[in-house]
Amino acid sequence: MKILLKNIEKENYKGDLKNYLKEGGYQALEKALKMSSEKIIKEVKSSRLLGRGGAGFPCGLKWEFVYKEKGRPKYVVCNADEGEPGTFKDRLILEKDPHLLLEAMAVCARAISSNEGLIYIRGEYVEGYRSLKKAIKEAEKNNFLGKNILGSNFSFKIALYRGAGAYVCGEETALLDSLEGKKGQSRIKPPFPTFVGFKNKPTVLNNVETLANIPAIILGGGEWFSKMGSSASPGTKLYCLSGDVKKPGVYELLTNITLKELIYSCGGGPDGKIKAILPGGVSSCFLGEKDLDVIMDYKSIQEKGSMLGSGAVIVINNTRCLVDVAKRCAEFFAYEACGKCAPCREGTKRAKELLTNITIGKGEPGDVELLKELQEILYDTSRCGLGQSAISAIRSALEKFPDEFERHILKKKCPLGVCRT
Amino acid sequence: MKEITEILKTYNRQREALLPCLHAIGKKYGRLTEKMAMLLAKELGLPPTEVYSVASFYSMFRFKKKAKYIIGICMSLPCYLKGSKDILAVLKKELKITTGKVSPDKKFAIEKVSCLGCCDKAPVMLVNETRYENLTPRKVREIIRSYKEK
Repeated sequence: MKILLKNIEKENYKGDLKNYLKEGGYQALEKALKMSSEKIIKEVKSSRLLGRGGAGFPCGLKWEFVYKEKGRPKYVVCNADEGEPGTFKDRLILEKDPHLLLEAMAVCARAISSNEGLIYIRGEYVEGYRSLKKAIKEAEKNNFLGKNILGSNFSFKIALYRGAGAYVCGEETALLDSLEGKKGQSRIKPPFPTFVGFKNKPTVLNNVETLANIPAIILGGGEWFSKMGSSASPGTKLYCLSGDVKKPGVYELLTNITLKELIYSCGGGPDGKIKAILPGGVSSCFLGEKDLDVIMDYKSIQEKGSMLGSGAVIVINNTRCLVDVAKRCAEFFAYEACGKCAPCREGTKRAKELLTNITIGKGEPGDVELLKELQEILYDTSRCGLGQSAISAIRSALEKFPDEFERHILKKKCPLGVCRT
Repeated sequence: MKEITEILKTYNRQREALLPCLHAIGKKYGRLTEKMAMLLAKELGLPPTEVYSVASFYSMFRFKKKAKYIIGICMSLPCYLKGSKDILAVLKKELKITTGKVSPDKKFAIEKVSCLGCCDKAPVMLVNETRYENLTPRKVREIIRSYKEK
C-alpha cells in the first residue's frame, strides 16, 4: 500500500503540475472546498494519523485546537527542516512531489480558516527549495493557491522560507523563532504553538510527511486510513534505512511491519553482522539483534526503551566500535546545541570531552558514571527535545556494551582497533 | 542592492526579512560585511548587535570571505559509518589544508557539515551547492582535480 510515494514510485513521474493532476492531484482540495471545517477535522481525527516528525501527536487534535482558537490570523506552518542524521524522507517529497505538500497545506488551511501558510525548508536542501518554488508558482497560476481558489471564497497563499544550517530549528518552537527572523532557540512550552505560534498567533505546525497523508485521508476517508497498519499508529510510514545495510533507501511500509522485515526484506539484509540499530536517528537509544521482532510504530519501539522519532533506522555492524560511534553522536550534539540553556550547552560539550578522552586512552574509571549522570541531568533539565535526548544514544551504548567502554578505560585498548588508544 | 530592496518590500520591512536578506547577501558577496549589516539594521529597525547575533547563530552565514569552492563533508553517523573519515583524509592530502582552513590561492576550503539528508548515498559532500554522492577516495581525487583545473 502506497500513500506517500504512490506518485514518486511511478516511472517517468516528474512532479510538475501536469503530472500531479494526471494522478488525481488536487481532487482532495476540491472535495475539501465543499466540506465544512468540522467535517474535514472529523475525517483527520478519525484517521488517527499521528505526527510523523517524531513526537507522534494526533494530527486531527492539533487541527481542532487551532480551529477552536479565537485569535486571528491563523497560520499553517510546514516543518521541512529534517536534520536528524539518518533522516532523508521529507527530501524525497519536497524534491519529487511538491504539489502533494501544497495541496495538503491548502486543505489544512481550509479546515482551520487560515489564509497564510509557510514552509520552513532546510538551507541545505537547495533542490527541494527550487522544486517547491516552481510548484508554488504553478499552483498560483492555475488557481490551486491564491485568491478565491477554484472559484470558492477561500484564499490561501504559501511562502517559502529557507533555514540556514541549524539542527535545532527542527524543534517546533525554535523553528517559529527562526521564521520570525530571530536566532533559532526553543521557547518554553506551554503555551504550545497551537495557541501561541507564529507571531504569537494560533498555528498548525506539521511535518512534511504528516501533511502528505492528508489528501489521501480526505479522498479515502478517515476510517479507511485508520484500518491500515498498526492499530496504535495507523497508516504507512517512510522509513529511512542507512548505515551497514545492503540496500539503503527510503521505504514506505505499513506501520505494522517489523524491524526484521524492514532490514531483511526491503534493505536486502545487513552488511556484515548486526551489532546495534538506532531506530530513530542519533537521538534514539540503541536496539540489539534480539529486538528485531519489534513492530515499527511509536508505541512498540517506546516499549523497547527507544523511540521511532522520524524513522531514521541506522544499522551498525560488528566491525564498528560503539565507543567511537558514541563519540561521533556526542560531537554532533556538541556542535548543534543552540546555547540557550546551560544543561545542553555545557553537558553536550562535557560528553564529547569524556568520550574523546576514552577513545584516546585517557579515560578514567569514574567516566561512565559521570556520563550516566550527565544523561539524567540533560534529560530532566534541558529546555527542548534536542537537549533532553542528546545523550540518550550514548547512555544506551554504555548500558548495552559496557565491556567495550571498560576495555577502553581500564586496558586503554580498543578491542576492534578503531580508536587510537 | 536590488535583491535586498525587493525582499524588504515582500516582507513589509518586518523582522522576518532578516534571514532571506542574509541569504541574498551571502549569495552575492560570499560574506556579510559590516556595511551591509548596518544597512540591514537600519532598514529593519533593529540594533546592529541583533543583526550580528542572528547572523552568527546560523552556520550558513559567514563574516569572512572564504574560498571560491567550499567543500562541505558530511560527518554525521551514516556517512561516518560509510567512511567519511577516509574521504576527509583524502581531501586534506589533495588540498594540503586542514578543516576550517583556506588554501593559499583562496580557491578551496574544507568544512565539516552536519547531515545533508542523503544517507542512502553515503558518504556525501558538497562543493558549494553541488552534491557528490557514494564517494570513494578515487572519486574524490577526480572531483578535486577537476575543480583545480577550473
